[in-house]
Amino acid sequence: MEYNGSAIVAMVGKNCVAIAADKRLGQQALTVDMDFEKVFPMTDRTYIGLSGLATDVKTVHDTLRMRVNLYKHREERVIEPRTMAHMVSHMLYERRFGPYYIEPIIAGLDKNQKPFICGTDLIGCPNFPSDFVVTGTAGSNLFGMCESLWEPDLEADDLFETISQALLNAVDRDAVSGWGAVVHVITPEGVITREIKNRMD
Amino acid sequence: MDALFAIAGRDFVISVSDTSNARSIVRMKKNYDKTYKLSSHTLMSACGESGDIANFSEYIQGNVRLYSVRNSQDLSPSETANFIRNELASSLRSRNPYNVNMLVAGVDRNTGESSLYRIDYLAAMSKVPFAAHGYCAHFVYSVMDHEYKEDITLEQGFAIVKKCLTVLKERFIVDFPGFTIKVISSSGIREYSTNDI
Repeated sequence: MEYNGSAIVAMVGKNCVAIAADKRLGQQALTVDMDFEKVFPMTDRTYIGLSGLATDVKTVHDTLRMRVNLYKHREERVIEPRTMAHMVSHMLYERRFGPYYIEPIIAGLDKNQKPFICGTDLIGCPNFPSDFVVTGTAGSNLFGMCESLWEPDLEADDLFETISQALLNAVDRDAVSGWGAVVHVITPEGVITREIKNRMD
Repeated sequence: MDALFAIAGRDFVISVSDTSNARSIVRMKKNYDKTYKLSSHTLMSACGESGDIANFSEYIQGNVRLYSVRNSQDLSPSETANFIRNELASSLRSRNPYNVNMLVAGVDRNTGESSLYRIDYLAAMSKVPFAAHGYCAHFVYSVMDHEYKEDITLEQGFAIVKKCLTVLKERFIVDFPGFTIKVISSSGIREYSTNDI
């Protein structure tokens, strides 16, 4: 799980959620890509961030995208974030004895614009907190940053500042994550995506 | 021990691979081509386990060609790279996974834009402006990070390649007998010798 390096965090705000990730792809010490996508939009209002082994990030994203699309065709409606979280959990447990080496984070707004975040482990055990979820090699660093910086009911702009600072300072103390960051803030009006340039090492 | 690297400009990609084929301490061939032409505008260079390289590359070559025949249209470089990654990813959790690292370089025939994809043996894929595989990566990345800019011309690309070859000659313990240098551009794939560039 530490082979490629990653750091992903999601936070709940007032009627909004934010999800942020670093952009480094490495092979242990060697950096191979500085623009590796780890957070993907699954629907207009739901994003998933995948940390861990890069090959499984792509495989799980593709497989999940297929399942979400099939869901949309069968149900004739877009999937809710909570349902998608359970779908991810099921998908990962299907591989219980040969798992995908990823730890996903799901963040989104449900049909009543209520914020939702969820994190699971590599075999799908879900965790539904009300404040923030973290994953990746910089996970412990992120826990520390989030615990000190997060407060309830942050507006979209304040949430952006908070999540950015949590991510940027956490990856600075982790050798295998960093090289820039992407932050998505999901609000009822839409999603604002910002790229941040920090210490590029 | 294989050296594979590539640089993409706006509408071309330069792919460089060494020409040595060796096992343990014996070099069996000194003019071995490690590139595989997938279509008129897509080239793949591969390194890793020797039998796996040949088997996997020929499998990919065949399938890419089959697509062209069936659909009267070539697969674009990004489609090709994604297809290769998927094949490698499905083999990853099988009984005997392929152990092949590759660089997929191509120019899209419709848009004229170049693309370079680095796929490692675990099927982790990235679209990058420049890439390298093997021990040479530790030397060559430093040079390319320093010299590369967006939208370089072919001459500037060759200058960077020359610097990379110089650093390998100077600092890498293995002396390479030669390099295959191929340029993929809108007019197809053209080979250059180390003296031409």
